[in-house]
Amino acid sequence: MDFLTIKNVHHTYFTKSSMTTALSDITLDVNEGEFISFLGPSGCGKTTLLSIIAGLIEPTSGTVQLENKTVKTSKNDIGYMLQQDYLFPWKTIEENILLGLKINGSLTSTTRDYSLQLLEKMGLAHVIHSSPKELSGGMRQRVALVRTLATEPKLLMLDEPFSALDFQTKLKLEDLVSTTLKNFNKTAILVTHDIGEAIAMSDRIILFSPSPGRIHKTFVIPNELKSLTPFHARNHPQYTELFQKIWKELESLDES
Amino acid sequence: MTNPDLQGLHHQYLKGLKREKRLVRFFQVLIFTSFFVLWEFASRLHWIDPLIFSSPSKVWNLFIQKSVDGSLAANIGITVTETILGFLAGTLLGTLLAAVLWWSPLLSKILDPFLVILNAMPKVALGPILIVAIGANMTSIVAMGTLVSVIITTIVVYTSFKEVDPNYLKVLYVFGATRSVCFKQAILPASFPTIISTLKVNVGLAWVGVIVGEFLTSARGLGYMIIYGFQVFDFTLVFLSLLVIAIFATLMYQLVELLERKLIKND
Repeated sequence: MDFLTIKNVHHTYFTKSSMTTALSDITLDVNEGEFISFLGPSGCGKTTLLSIIAGLIEPTSGTVQLENKTVKTSKNDIGYMLQQDYLFPWKTIEENILLGLKINGSLTSTTRDYSLQLLEKMGLAHVIHSSPKELSGGMRQRVALVRTLATEPKLLMLDEPFSALDFQTKLKLEDLVSTTLKNFNKTAILVTHDIGEAIAMSDRIILFSPSPGRIHKTFVIPNELKSLTPFHARNHPQYTELFQKIWKELESLDES
Repeated sequence: MTNPDLQGLHHQYLKGLKREKRLVRFFQVLIFTSFFVLWEFASRLHWIDPLIFSSPSKVWNLFIQKSVDGSLAANIGITVTETILGFLAGTLLGTLLAAVLWWSPLLSKILDPFLVILNAMPKVALGPILIVAIGANMTSIVAMGTLVSVIITTIVVYTSFKEVDPNYLKVLYVFGATRSVCFKQAILPASFPTIISTLKVNVGLAWVGVIVGEFLTSARGLGYMIIYGFQVFDFTLVFLSLLVIAIFATLMYQLVELLERKLIKND
């Protein structure tokens, strides 16, 4: 039985003057514990697909099922990380990380302790009473990760969560996110246009072609790379090989 | 190369700042005092008609007299109360209306042209109708103060509600938040600075509404003192009221500004 099943998803945006088909015939199965990357040029509907999987928008046609339930009804099983941290500036770090639990009504002393432990694991226990604006970009994105994990989602959506960070912070965070998700055996979908990031972090890369967005090709990451942390994977000879392969594929997309 | 005398330069810089500040203060005091001195002399030497323009000394004497018989304090109390009630009601009601508009995009589309008309309309023109409908009492004056500020508050606060970054709502929706949770957790706190700043604008607007309201009801308050002074040709009374209004309007504005700084800093 598959964990996440996406079947024949089409999505078209309607405006007064036009119809834009963002996604066309997307069918995809994701296993539990798998890390998938959606790679592709901008405008290929990656974020749209993520929003559909998260149940934020309804597809024009097709179905998305998480553990055989439609995503609308299993809202609390999904966590979403955005390009920026979107911590609420008027709340303290503690209030921010407990927000999800408070909203879905599962804030108990157990879940609270769990969240605070997560924060401690990220090395941020000392900022618990600070306000977000006192923190650096990397720290804020780590807090956002804690906020996302606090509700113990089964499926994590990462919508270019590292794109607003400087390179060094990005590498460190990739390692942190990757190992954290592996430890918790979480299933994750990462949207990115960074080939290197996709190779270093994922088990499988789905390459999208634009207008309308459809699945162009799937790359399975070899086990040698999967077992390494993102940082070390980047130095592996197979990494470069795969990078070239995906690069060429992207180039051919541009030409066609 | 020799190190520059940083201590000395800093000292000089501070001295420069101090000198400038003193200069500014000096001219402020100069303008203030010469205004009153000039006014007094112009009136005494009949450069201006003392019957129309009165003089600071006459205003002062009237101030003492009205203070002793307690009528000034009573009128100030009434007007200040009406103004505070008016601008608080205007801000609260405006924010509430904005929340309703945010809640229902359809309703906001339907009401849009009416808001534009109401906003363009000079609200004080509705004064006579208000007084006939509610009666020549404090309620209708407070209603005037409210009416002047409520529509513009609605428009400004609603705009700020709409401008809240939708990604904050995305974060909340993924957690399974309802629309009311989104309003409480994101929309309202994000717009808090805007609401506070409309408070500042509304202080001024409420004064307009209240003074006009008192002109019309002509019963009590500083606006009444002005209109009464005008009718009996006692311009000393008019100037006294104007000066008192200037002082209290400024005080109230400063208080709201202080409140704003306190609240925004805590963010």
